[in-house]
Amino acid sequence: MTGTATESRKHDAAPPPRPRDARGRPVWFWLGAGAALVVLGVAGIAFGAVPLALPDVLAALRGEGDASAVAIVRTLRLPRVMLAALVGAALGLSGGALQGALRNPLAEPWLLGVSGGAAVGAVGALALGVSAALVPLAAFAGAAAAVAVALAVAGAAGGRGDPRVLLMAGVVVGAFANAVIMIALATAPADTVRGALWWMMGSVADADWSQVRWVAATTLIGGGALIVLAREIDVLSLGEEPAAALGVAVDAAARRIYLLASLLAAATVTAAGLVGFVGLVVPHIARAAGLRGHRALLPASALTGAALVIAADLLARTVRAPIELPLGAVTALVGVPFFLARLRRLA
Amino acid sequence: MIRFEDVVARYPRADHPAVRGVSFAAPRGHITAVVGPNGSGKSTLVRALIGRLPLASGRVLVDGDDAAAMDGRSLARRVAVVTQREEPVFPLDVRDFVALGRFPHRGAWRAASADDARAVDRAVERSGIGDLVGRRTDELSGGEWQRVRIARALAQDAPALVLDEPTTFLDVAHEMGVFELLDALARAGHAVLLVSHQLNLVARFAATLVLLHEGTVAALGPPADVMRGPVLEPVYQWPLVVIRDAAVGAPALVPLRTRSRAGSGSGESDSQPGYVS
Repeated sequence: MTGTATESRKHDAAPPPRPRDARGRPVWFWLGAGAALVVLGVAGIAFGAVPLALPDVLAALRGEGDASAVAIVRTLRLPRVMLAALVGAALGLSGGALQGALRNPLAEPWLLGVSGGAAVGAVGALALGVSAALVPLAAFAGAAAAVAVALAVAGAAGGRGDPRVLLMAGVVVGAFANAVIMIALATAPADTVRGALWWMMGSVADADWSQVRWVAATTLIGGGALIVLAREIDVLSLGEEPAAALGVAVDAAARRIYLLASLLAAATVTAAGLVGFVGLVVPHIARAAGLRGHRALLPASALTGAALVIAADLLARTVRAPIELPLGAVTALVGVPFFLARLRRLA
Repeated sequence: MIRFEDVVARYPRADHPAVRGVSFAAPRGHITAVVGPNGSGKSTLVRALIGRLPLASGRVLVDGDDAAAMDGRSLARRVAVVTQREEPVFPLDVRDFVALGRFPHRGAWRAASADDARAVDRAVERSGIGDLVGRRTDELSGGEWQRVRIARALAQDAPALVLDEPTTFLDVAHEMGVFELLDALARAGHAVLLVSHQLNLVARFAATLVLLHEGTVAALGPPADVMRGPVLEPVYQWPLVVIRDAAVGAPALVPLRTRSRAGSGSGESDSQPGYVS
């Protein structure tokens, strides 16, 4: 067909090719995002109620120098920055995988019932007045229950791996969870309401090393599995029938990715509450940088998410110090300009 | 060779099966075309083949092996399918898109080998999309998009190729380009199974036509046997005549204007030479 088709190209109403600037850009993206992560990480450790100079930060990281600086860095700020980075990375991985597998640029970790379920668990625990240490556990249990219910609803509807059915099942479970939360809060004492609201707005203020270890382990396992499955996500993102034609067991693959992405999201919830917008916006930033296959897109989303949440946490605790702003609100404020820029490119 | 044996398939919650006992074979070295009105079960056969619709009874055999018993990737190494619809949500670079045709060979883990790269190069060359390789899938016209999808199927390196209405939305030149490519592939030994509404074109290119009507085979045979007014008219339920197109030496369907004009004796049918036997 070469001859015929080539001759006819002049009749072909192809949109004019865009300048191919994207080819060289991924390299700059990796360098830029890596540098941003390091700079923001150091800044996150240096800034705070007691500002530390760069040499002091570096010395304290090595366990040298002023003992109080070492204590601040090692027990407060380093775990906080690391937790922020891990939460951002996990949400970026989760969002990137879900957007691809569900073929939906609006998919994000919270769309699938995880947030609602986690919130019900946490608010329920707070309302029952259980020990604060058990709230994260209750949140995780709630998230897991919501995912199980959403999958069961999708299965009962006959959709199994159908992205639309999965999304709708998640939305239904989330709406139900919201209703439960509103009823619980309406009848709860003011302290509980305030605690629940704070939890729902997300924060890494209470970071400690055990949380860092737990989220790090989950992110490594869940995120690693998603990166291994990246090519399957590439194929799924073509659509149900093309994916099936290429030999992917569509329903099982979609469920697998949904579960892994939800596990990542649930892990962040137990450590930091509901940190919004990161999982939605971060994959779009990576795509805008010219990363399209998920083998590159997912690590890029992790890197960008980590940098974004560190930056947001830094702003949250310094802009109106000593008052801390809710992290989830700041991530949205920081992320919106990126999203708007992306929208402009799409339009 | 792809062989459908007494295939019955029903959509979930549907009252009647969408295909009811369809049997035919698409041998290597030929184009076999499935034609028929909308809703006659053509695409259902493709869905049944790729396992998106479980068979109620019957079998689909690929070179003698039951497709339903094969795992997805081994089936995809033997039959490449270009499905009817594909709406990409996120754009890919054209070469990366074509390279996804290697998924059945690579799976989720294995890195691309020299074989994979060669297969992609061959597919790009064969489908004539060399000039599109630097582009992104959201920068392609309808004709370019279809050729890129066919290239991805060719990259699968499967001996059988199934295409569900590959030339819908294509202009004459692109449509002929696709048919010429399929003809070349068949001559090279592929089994090509084509679902199409372009009766006049498939009559020129296909060795066998399978005419579906309400889920059953209404006619099966060489174009000259199937492309006859008394065969086609009751299936399409529209007045038509079949002429022999002198320019290409193949039967050609000409649909008439309306029932009333055709029945009045003064309509277009009078100006035509009538059925080709």
